[in-house]
Order: sequence, then C-alpha cells, then structure tokens
Amino acid sequence: MAYEKPLPQPNADTRPFWDGCKEHQLRFQKCRDCGHVRWPPSIICPRCYSSEVEWMVASGEGKVYTFVVYHYAYHKAFENDLPYITAIVELEEGPHILTNIVGCSSDEVRCDMPVKVAWEDVTEEFSLPKFKPAQND
Amino acid sequence: MQKRRKLGRGVAVVGAGMSKFGMFKDKDSKDLFAEAFTEMLSSVDKGADPNDIDALYLGNFTNDFFMHQGHWGPIISDLIGLAPKPATRTEGACASSALAFREGVFAIASGFYDVVLVGGVEEMSKRTTEEVTEGLALATVPYEGKVGFTFPGVFGALATAYFERYGATREHLMNVTIKSHNNARLNSKAQFNLSIRDLMNSRIERAKKKGEPVPTWADEKDFLRDLRANPVIAWPMHLYDCCPISDGAACILLVAEEIAKNFTDNPLYVAGIGQGSGRGLHAAEDITYFEATRYAAQEAYGMSGLKPEDIQFSEVHDCFSMAEIVHLEDLGFFKPGEGYKAVEEGLTRLDGPKPINTSGGLKCKGHPVGATGASQLYEVWKQLRVEAGERQVPIKDLRVGAAHNLGGTGGTCTFTILERR
Repeated sequence: MAYEKPLPQPNADTRPFWDGCKEHQLRFQKCRDCGHVRWPPSIICPRCYSSEVEWMVASGEGKVYTFVVYHYAYHKAFENDLPYITAIVELEEGPHILTNIVGCSSDEVRCDMPVKVAWEDVTEEFSLPKFKPAQND
Repeated sequence: MQKRRKLGRGVAVVGAGMSKFGMFKDKDSKDLFAEAFTEMLSSVDKGADPNDIDALYLGNFTNDFFMHQGHWGPIISDLIGLAPKPATRTEGACASSALAFREGVFAIASGFYDVVLVGGVEEMSKRTTEEVTEGLALATVPYEGKVGFTFPGVFGALATAYFERYGATREHLMNVTIKSHNNARLNSKAQFNLSIRDLMNSRIERAKKKGEPVPTWADEKDFLRDLRANPVIAWPMHLYDCCPISDGAACILLVAEEIAKNFTDNPLYVAGIGQGSGRGLHAAEDITYFEATRYAAQEAYGMSGLKPEDIQFSEVHDCFSMAEIVHLEDLGFFKPGEGYKAVEEGLTRLDGPKPINTSGGLKCKGHPVGATGASQLYEVWKQLRVEAGERQVPIKDLRVGAAHNLGGTGGTCTFTILERR
C-alpha cells in the first residue's frame, strides 16, 4: 500500500540529514568554529554565524523530554494509528528532536524514559527516525 | 538586563470596539470589522471624526489561507472610508493585532501621526476543523507540524512537561476551564457565554426530553472528567482545555497624549509595551515557560516602572488551559511552578486579588486569531473605565490593567500595560 502520510521535502540544507536517515544514521550539524551542535540543519550557526559545519552521527540514544498522545487525527492517514504518541526526545548529544514514540503503549510512555532510534523505512527514498523504549531490545 | 525603553511621546487610548465573537455563516471579515468600528466610534465620549484618522494598522493571520484573499489593509480601509490614507497589515500569528497596536503606538510616539486606528480581524469558521488546524499549523516552526505537532499537541506536550516538573495534574487545568466559563457567562459578546454548570444543566434537560439516561455529575469537575462529555483531543488536552474556532474583529483608537482630552475626559494611557520572539519547541531546553513572554514582560515593566504586583488584572493568551497557568508565571504574577496553585486557590477569579481573563479568555470568549490581541485590550479598556457591567472587577481604585498575547508556539509574544491617571 502506498504511504499516505506527509513526507519530508528535503532542500540543500536538510538533504544530508535525510540522506543519513536513509542509511539509518542520525546526522547533526556541529559548528566547526564554536562547536555548537544544532538541529534542525541550517546554513549558519545561530551562535557564532559561522557557515563552517561538519556532520556528526548521533548515537540514536536519548530520553523522552515530553510527549502528547493524539486521540484525534487531523490528517486522515493517521487515523489508524490512534492513539499515537508525539514526543520531544532529548538526545545524548544534546539536541531535542521532535518525533514519535513507537513500540510502547500510551499508558507506558513516561518523561525521562530512555529511548533509542527505531527506523521506519516508509518509502524507497525516506526512512523516518522514530524512537522506542531502550529496554525493548 | 534589557535596555530600558521609552516612547518618544505619550500615547492614549480613547475608544474601543469589538464584534460579537462566534461562528457566523452569514458574516464576513468586513461585516465583523464594521461591527467593531461602529462600536468604537460610539465609545469615544466626545466623539471622533473618522476623517481625523491618519492611518490604519490591521492584524490578520490566516485569511489568505482560509478565505483565499490576502492584502486586508486596503480592503478594511476602503470599508471604513479611510482610503487613500495608509493601511498596513501586521502578521504575528495569533498575536497579529497586538503587533498592530504596537506599530500604531510607535507611529504616534514618533510624532509622525496623531490619530491611528489599530485592530484585527479573522474569519475562520467557514473551514473544517482539519483545514483550520492545518492553517494554524502554518505558525509552528517547520519541523513541528511535520511530525504531528499541531497546536493541541504543542500545549499538550507543554502540560506533560509541566506536570512532570511541578506535580500539577489535569484536575488543576479544570480550575482554569471552570473559571473561564464563569467569566464568559457574564460577557454577552463571548462565543460560549455560559458556565460549565449551565452546560451540565442543558445536557440533563436534553436527556430528560429525549427520554435518555440522565447524567448524574456530582459537580463541574465530575463533568470534565467524563470522557463522553469531555473527550481527549491530545492527552493531556481534552476538549474543554481548548479554545474554539472563531470569527471576529476588534479595534482601538489611539491618539497622541496631548490631544487625548479632545476625545474624552477618561482616556487610558499606554504605560508599557513589550514584545519578544521565541525559537520553537526543538530549540528550548525547557518548554515549561516562554522566553518571549518573559522578554516582553521585562520590556513593558521596565518602560512603565511598574511591577507584576502593580498589575491589578490581566488578560492572558489562554489558547489552552495549560497556557494560562504558564503565562501567569512568565508575567511574574506567580512564581514558576505556583501558577496552578494560585488558580486552585481562586486568586485569579473575578473576585480574587488578581482577576485573569475577565472576558472569558480565548477559551470562552473565542479566538479569531488576528483579532484576539485587540479584543484583549478592548477588555482592559472596558474594565479600567468601569464599563464591564456584570463582569466588572470589584477592585477599588482601579488604575492598571494589562494584556498578554502569544503567537505560534511562543514565536511572537507581547505584553501591554494600560493605565488611568
């Protein structure tokens, strides 16, 4: 069945992030000048304005900072997933990433719960970084 | 420490008007603004000649998307016979008309204009809930909407983080909802001008008439705990934690301080205005407060020389019940983590020491996004002039009121303090 949910629309800045996802790597930008790690990707460092950047691969481990459980779908393609969990995950490396928690019921999810990335290969071109409880392995 | 700012010259509020808020199939943006404008004209004690208005600043957020019509400044200036005088639209998501107010203040303070009309309008109800949610999500930052963070989710996530940090629960959010409805019951312009108790009674009556099982709720909180009455939208946000989809307009007449007495013997003065910008959910290490609100508040307090305890009552941007609690803390009315206790103790009730959202707030008065900021200042105008009728705050020596407006996920926040002298 065709994937009907919204897909990323990569541009020059975000293409390396999505290319990394396809290889199941969470890639983040690190400023070569001041060392600030940032997400989402951008052309300049918001702290020192340097455009010198390197891409680093995050471990994919972190913890749930906060979450919300959707009981009402605003996009038809999400209806079958209800109730689904949308969360902010704090990565080991620092950045907060907006994502979904999978492999865990809405009764089980908690703030500070350790999680790790769980890749969803949704199309030939795209894999999405979702997160699952770390102890589920 | 923020730089202390001052206006180049004083600015006064001499008139205000607001349409009824609600969902109107047969009223468009022009009809709504006309309703607000005519009330504004009649509110000017010594009369105002529309020919004296030098310029219009108009807040509007989503009409481009919902009505497929942009460029609303000249449409409204034509409506009220202002053309060819200048009309400028301001956009700051749900804070759009607070920005119009601020730009109007600056235009007068600079000495360029003497009389400026500011306001806002929004027409939302002709679209489905899904379309409105998509349209409003235009104001999230790019990564928020794409992973499913629509607005109920944003404030739900904020609530989860706040609960975790401070030990508040859904029961505390209910106190906000019940208070908002009690205030809106006294506001005939409110979209939901009825209390939770009124709602319960009407459902009981309806069940009796239809011969259906009659609900037996012990009290308002019991009603709000009932998932059939108050379904989950995005846990912990339930239906009655969320503001409605609304149409409406509001406007305010600003003049230079030295000519204020030509319009009324009872003007209000702009004591402080502040505005801040925020960076979105992903960028905040802690989402239990809004950096932009704190910045705006410091700017307004610094300019006015007033402190949080000097603000006798305030409208705050309660798009969701949780938001109201956070704003009470960010504006310095209560310490971080204590806003929910203050609401529980009744301190923010109409008859409490710090009445909040006497209009019923966004939750019950309605939230036509681009009109909200101006409508909050309309409420401050009514209260400070002791014209708020049944919902008049029972404070002696009423002198200072304020309004806090928030756009997006805290991307644009404003705080405006008005005073009588």
